[in-house]
Amino acid sequence: MSNTPVNNGRRRFLTAATSVVGGVGVVGVAVPFIGSWNPSARAKAAGAPVEVNVSKLEPGQLVRAEWRGKPVYVVRRTEKNVAELSNHEDQLRDPNSEEPQQPEYTVNQHRSIKPEIMVALGVCTHLGCAPTYRKGDFEEVVEGVTDGFFCPCHGSKFDMAGRVFQGVPAPTNLAVPEHSFPSDDILLIGVSPGEA
Amino acid sequence: MFENFMAWIDKRLPVTDAWNKHLAQYPAPKNFNFWYFFGSLAMLVLVNQILTGIWLTMNYEPSGDGAFASIEYIMRDVDYGWLLRYMHSTGASAFFVVVYLHMFRGLIYGSYQKPRELLWIFGMLIFLVLMAEAFMGYLLPWGNMSYWGAQVIISLFGAIPVVGEDLATWIKGDYVISGATLNRFFALHVIALPLVLVVLVFLHILALHEVGSNNPEGTDIKKPKGSVKEEDKSKFEFHEAYTKKYDIVDAVPFHPYYSVKDIMGVAGFLILFCWVMFFHPEGGGYFIEAPNFEPANGLKTPEHIAPVWYFGPFYTILRVVPDKLLGTLAMFAAIGVLFALPWFDRSTVKSFRFRSKLHLFNIVQFAICFIALGILGTLPASDLANLIGRIASLGYFGFFVAIWFYSKNEKTKPVPERVTK
Amino acid sequence: MKKFVLVLLATLMPALAMAAGPSVPVDPAGNDLADKESLKRGFRSYINYCLACHQLQYQRYNRTFADLGIDEKDGKENWMYTGEKVGDHITNTMPAKEAANWFGAAPPDLTLETRFRSPDWVYTYLRSFYVDEARPFGVNNTVFKDVGMPHVLQNLQGTRTLDANGNLTKAVGGSMTEAEYDAFVRDLTNFLEYVSEPNKLERKSLGYWVIGFLVVFFILSYFLKKEYWKDVH
Repeated sequence: MSNTPVNNGRRRFLTAATSVVGGVGVVGVAVPFIGSWNPSARAKAAGAPVEVNVSKLEPGQLVRAEWRGKPVYVVRRTEKNVAELSNHEDQLRDPNSEEPQQPEYTVNQHRSIKPEIMVALGVCTHLGCAPTYRKGDFEEVVEGVTDGFFCPCHGSKFDMAGRVFQGVPAPTNLAVPEHSFPSDDILLIGVSPGEA
Repeated sequence: MFENFMAWIDKRLPVTDAWNKHLAQYPAPKNFNFWYFFGSLAMLVLVNQILTGIWLTMNYEPSGDGAFASIEYIMRDVDYGWLLRYMHSTGASAFFVVVYLHMFRGLIYGSYQKPRELLWIFGMLIFLVLMAEAFMGYLLPWGNMSYWGAQVIISLFGAIPVVGEDLATWIKGDYVISGATLNRFFALHVIALPLVLVVLVFLHILALHEVGSNNPEGTDIKKPKGSVKEEDKSKFEFHEAYTKKYDIVDAVPFHPYYSVKDIMGVAGFLILFCWVMFFHPEGGGYFIEAPNFEPANGLKTPEHIAPVWYFGPFYTILRVVPDKLLGTLAMFAAIGVLFALPWFDRSTVKSFRFRSKLHLFNIVQFAICFIALGILGTLPASDLANLIGRIASLGYFGFFVAIWFYSKNEKTKPVPERVTK
Repeated sequence: MKKFVLVLLATLMPALAMAAGPSVPVDPAGNDLADKESLKRGFRSYINYCLACHQLQYQRYNRTFADLGIDEKDGKENWMYTGEKVGDHITNTMPAKEAANWFGAAPPDLTLETRFRSPDWVYTYLRSFYVDEARPFGVNNTVFKDVGMPHVLQNLQGTRTLDANGNLTKAVGGSMTEAEYDAFVRDLTNFLEYVSEPNKLERKSLGYWVIGFLVVFFILSYFLKKEYWKDVH
């Protein structure tokens, strides 16, 4: 005699119903286990938006802010920097920011909200070193460009909008974090314009 | 497709055969009652403890400075951390509830008797390791009751003559309970003891399937080969490991009959479990004791140090003996005699249903004494409590002495050849 | 056997009833964690009267704002004074060592106090100070004998003394009536109970769903079991 008895309709229905409800239960039990891997309130508090007062920033000056454990470079570009951004576009890998390395509202030539304020993660897109700000002596690495960023690890080069030059190991432009200006002087890193 | 895959596997590892041998064609007596839920429930709680335990270690910080705060971090900052923690803390008490009931089942139906002595001993080892596991786990929240509970239990070792004090210091790794103690307890609680526990559970089940399950009537469902008429044999198909040697009567395959029944038991159990966990996670002060909401403080003893409820019976036996060393010995003896139960009971009739009134009385008085000891363990000591505790301790040990005497020539009823219901 | 289970239960019941309660008689606080206005009043009182000495070191401002229905901007402007970030814990800057010198013991953190003592205890404690010149701060407490804490709410409650029978007299000289003061302390206790376990309401509401689900599952599995066991009986 077989151990699997007559599979009548009622039995099949009850088996299916119990399995489905039981399956829902298993999924429900999985929720806390999976959910607990999200960033905790502590991580969120540590990763909270960071304010930078840009009113005292001199043209050409760079300040480093720390946001979610990463350095953020904030530079007040000189008028010359802004004007020269279009001069070397033929030497860039991605001059029009087509790669998704920045929020929508900074897809422009200067890759920021205000032309004079550059905001970018100071993390080379090659292997994560911190590029050096070469102010005035960038011509040593790229002819005809006075200011830019040079990564000392493997020689990647970026312009004053964080755009990567061709022929270097870094594949993409420097990442631009979400940022906004709640007031003229205050840069808020981590919050897009119009968000709370 | 699936058949081919299973055929490929089975040539290399007997998965289908194991499935049949232990589940789909395992002969289980058809008359299991309510008491037979608790084995599978213990398994469920074990899985719960292991899973939630692993997840808790992801955010717990095993250090004297960080442990207490990390519990509150889990309770407040980690998404669903409070739920995982309550699942674990409620699970600890639930584990002992189901294990005690499981053991009681074995006691009343004589499931420890020949040929199940080794099965019983594995079970007792599981109980012993579980107590160690629970004791060490209770230190980890680093609350004040954690601290003082551990203080009291560890100082028991100080009762041992000559080496006692040195031994207690060695266990602590310090002159007081400190971060060093916490760290070693953490290592044992999350790695060593769970490993031992899982191995023992595996052996417990292997031993069970070797000798077969007992049942409320204590009749044997495995009859000598050829002794049973064809129409009297169980109508189900069983694995040849069982049918080769025996004729099987009054049995059903574990799967699907007991798997669906156990699923029902699990659902019922979970209703109770979740009711406690979601609405009374402190278990009225018994599952999580109030002084544990204060960080460990070696200079401030809680008003009334009580062990967690599941240690209550053994703690009372310790406390009512007016001598530290003898008390410690009595406490360990209380666990030791349980190991020896298969040899204290010399009867060949298993279930209390077919044994003497005296045996029934002995079981009832044992259960009452055990519960009384448990209640007393959570109460402050007093003269009256000590007196009741001593009487209950006598009842506890008396059970074993009495059974040894009366079981030899006990007047029993005839055990039916077949399961009657 | 059934009789036996009943005997077991009957023996167990007194144990369950004797849940470890406080040793002093206390008044029921009558907290309502769903009353957000009460929680806000309690939070305000906590900031005004307690926070200078007692931290809530495990509770974050922004969590409290979210749970009490306080807008984060409002919270930053009107509920935080020390220039902390909203994600910070509710702490003070009192140095623990000096505090221990001033009060004999450092004022304890109160995050978990109502779970340690029970809400009713806290409610009763805050209403049970009486004049006792023998104590360093001139007050003692019937619930917490020889407590090292001054009665910081004395201006509100007024002073009480012990009569000849050792009972507390009615408070005199406070800016609040007895009913007002009781309501004030109830709000504070309510807030402290919330802080001790911020997930309490969420826990219970989730509990109803889970148990409802399990009941459905139990009924289904019961019928499934019956269906299969038809083969056996």
